[in-house]
Amino acid sequence: MRLITHNMLQCHVKGCNANNFPLELQEVVLEQEEAELNEDFLRNMLGKIEYEALVATCLKLDINDLPAAMPADAAYNDEFLQILHRVILETHIKSGKMVCPNCQHIYAIRDGIPNMLLAEHEV
Amino acid sequence: MSRPEHQAPPEIVYGGDEAAKYTGNSRIAAIQAEMAARAVELLNLPEGYPGYILDVGCGSGLSGEVLEEEGHVWVGFDIAPAMLEVALEQEATGDLFLQDAGQGMAFRPGTFDGCISISVLQWLCNADKTSHHPKARLTRFFSTLYSSLRRGARAIFQFYPENDDQVQLIMGCAVRCGFEGGLVVDYPNSKKAKKFYLCLFAGQEVNGVKQQLPAALGEDEEGEPNETGVQYTSKKRNDSRIRSNKRKPSKDKNWVLKKKEQLRAKGDKTASDSKFTARKRRPKF
Repeated sequence: MRLITHNMLQCHVKGCNANNFPLELQEVVLEQEEAELNEDFLRNMLGKIEYEALVATCLKLDINDLPAAMPADAAYNDEFLQILHRVILETHIKSGKMVCPNCQHIYAIRDGIPNMLLAEHEV
Repeated sequence: MSRPEHQAPPEIVYGGDEAAKYTGNSRIAAIQAEMAARAVELLNLPEGYPGYILDVGCGSGLSGEVLEEEGHVWVGFDIAPAMLEVALEQEATGDLFLQDAGQGMAFRPGTFDGCISISVLQWLCNADKTSHHPKARLTRFFSTLYSSLRRGARAIFQFYPENDDQVQLIMGCAVRCGFEGGLVVDYPNSKKAKKFYLCLFAGQEVNGVKQQLPAALGEDEEGEPNETGVQYTSKKRNDSRIRSNKRKPSKDKNWVLKKKEQLRAKGDKTASDSKFTARKRRPKF
């Protein structure tokens, strides 16, 4: 799972509606995989990314490349787009856990596939 | 035709061998790719717009390949772990999740530019466990999908409804969750090529242009789309067989009468000649 997708995830346990984002990453194994830079896609995604949460998550994973605040000219700042591309589209989470900060539900990640299945009482 | 959703829950039907078979079968793969391409076309995204697309029931990533070719970044989920394993082996480019559509999805509001799903919705009409209520599961699925889509985005579902009630149930749930849109039936007069696409709009486009239901393919035509597959030669063989049927029988009435005469001359017991001699039996004999 790429970090961009982690940035889009929130807990979906029944009744867990507040403070359920971002899911906290634990015991994570990362892997870099090269991907083609697509600037148009990144520009489209700029508005959707929760930048603060992304930076906080990255800091916990010891990725310190992202600036603390999104530059004002982010859409046309090539340097920034390249860093963003490397962080959110080339960094894959291979295994680990995601823990909801609110209800403490644990989503396990195996082979890069998070298990999002819920128990019956959580639906 | 037997329906796989009548056999067992999806994670069992598409478990182990079946997952590899499903992906290894070039005919199934071609049909899936064709339907995925049509679904992407129905998404109606602007030309050259690389979107962030959700693939519900992505399986081994056959439809994801089509999305990838169109330049989109995709995220997919499926309930069958065996299918996801095959997807990993095939090095699917999208992010994969193990997830049950009927439990809803865990994406932030406004995440996706579109959603496609190939042959999945009919599975949600089943109750595989005592805790499953199809209507509740469909409602949860559609309501979480609605919120995870960008305003004005489309969701295209190709599915095989079992009967009209299923269509009503699915569309009713979707409409109650706020979706607009309707059913597009491609090649409605063909038995084989007929395909159902449920086109849902998550609200109207921000620029104020009202969304129109796309036109179906092959509505006026008699039947099938243009054949692209292998052409069979069986027709020609049939023609030659018809010609051979027209050949005159060599053993006609004269021949029978001559043979009977010979037998009588030999003194053998022979039936007497009548109007029925050497006459063809009625076809309905």
